[in-house]
Amino acid sequence: MRELLATTPEMLWLFGGLVGLLAVASTIGAVLSRRAGTPQSIEVRANLVARINAWWVMVAVLAVTFLLGRAVTLVVFGLMAWFALREFVTLTPTRTADRLPLSVAFFVVVPAQFLLIGLDQYGTFSIFVPVYAFLLLPAIAALRGDVDDFLPRTAKLQWGLMITVYCLSHAPALLLLQVPGFEGRDALLLFYLLLVVQMSDVMQYVCGKLWGKTKIAPLVSPSKTVAGFVGGGLAATAIGAAMWWITPFSPAVSAAMSAVIVMMGFLGGLTLSAVKRSLGAKDWGVMIEGHGGVLDRLDSVCFAAPVFFHLTRYFYTP
Amino acid sequence: MRVSSVLLVGVVKLLVGAYARWVGTQPSAAQRIYFANHTSHIDTLALWSALPLALRAHTRPIAARDYWGSGLKRYIATRSFGAVLIDRARENATEDPLEPLRAALRAGDSLIIFPEGTRGTSAVPERFRAGLYRLGQDFPQVELVPVYLDNLHRTLPKGSLLPVPMVCTVRFGAPLRLAPDEPRDEFLARARAAVMALGAVQENPDA
Repeated sequence: MRELLATTPEMLWLFGGLVGLLAVASTIGAVLSRRAGTPQSIEVRANLVARINAWWVMVAVLAVTFLLGRAVTLVVFGLMAWFALREFVTLTPTRTADRLPLSVAFFVVVPAQFLLIGLDQYGTFSIFVPVYAFLLLPAIAALRGDVDDFLPRTAKLQWGLMITVYCLSHAPALLLLQVPGFEGRDALLLFYLLLVVQMSDVMQYVCGKLWGKTKIAPLVSPSKTVAGFVGGGLAATAIGAAMWWITPFSPAVSAAMSAVIVMMGFLGGLTLSAVKRSLGAKDWGVMIEGHGGVLDRLDSVCFAAPVFFHLTRYFYTP
Repeated sequence: MRVSSVLLVGVVKLLVGAYARWVGTQPSAAQRIYFANHTSHIDTLALWSALPLALRAHTRPIAARDYWGSGLKRYIATRSFGAVLIDRARENATEDPLEPLRAALRAGDSLIIFPEGTRGTSAVPERFRAGLYRLGQDFPQVELVPVYLDNLHRTLPKGSLLPVPMVCTVRFGAPLRLAPDEPRDEFLARARAAVMALGAVQENPDA
């Protein structure tokens, strides 16, 4: 177990900055909701305020998590994966024969995946879900003897596990990376990833609401527009580039990394929206007021984390 | 609040969330009988966990004495949740099985009951038994609040020991009033329909 996170003075400034940002957002929200408008625009503004309030809670949870150190960070991300998988499974039709593999997924696979990070077992961490869970969970289901829809049922569980557990676990796995000259500051990489992904989501939402007309994929996600994606993506890339000083990257590399994170995050939101709609739902869940479910907030992280992890590991670790 | 109940509420939140949705009413300290569909052993805890902390202390679940009446289960049921134990087998035929419920209502407590009497296996509740009607007659001032618990028949169905976590929302509907001279079966059908409407579930075609 390595040292606690958040010992770096940067972290204090970063969370201070976020509090300032949220204060500005809340002020704008309060001013906007005083204005009159059509019932539709009032609803949009009420949702905006609900979203900002939820952001306060999420930033507070993250700050406390980082403050309490590495083990707590792993537990909190393990819980996020648990809640995300719970939302995925709730929307997926299941049969009696799926019960045992599902229980194993929740009670064994989720804790094991995050424990492996805590034990510094990168090799096992990177194949545990795609090899062991992938092969053994369907085998357990097969032993139960129910062949109706066996492949679709199994495929859905595999998809849920890969996205909500395997992909998401690559965010806290950034704490595993030992970038030369960056020792003791690994939590900043995790902060950077979350900041760029979520800024991208927020800026795309804002730009989309202000200028968005042409929808990119109206059937999949009515809120994704060309103006939102371009404006929000550029803004988030600029923010990420400007944050190069908390990373091991140069400003140019930081801009490129942010662009990759933005792109993957966008694809994540789009793809998981398609999955969600194919399961017949508009939101993944109800846990975060104004946002929907945990997976509605983490869909972009699920896609961006493994790629950001891999690129950083490939180019920046010996 | 007892440690064991805080712990159990935590476990329930982790397993099923039990997110409250006040569809037809708001949380209130008024004396109430919450009646819900029944599909799993988590139902009571889920409904209880969905209530605001302040209301939990005065809201008592009903538990069957043959299952919850001894050992650790009895301790959890009666000490942590203030459960009212009733005889569903009616071995003790001298006393009306509803008497402990009336005693709790006379003491001013609210109750959680499952009018189907036993756990069903689907999203659609079975026929309601008469207890709800009789309590409604005896205590006309108590609000009868329909509640629908979703997904719990998938989390821990009858006969399984291992739960599968699923998101459960707990929907509270508008309180029903027993109309004067309303026939028993009509009222029970109306109460069941109110629970089904909250869950947006339709009658099974083969039922």
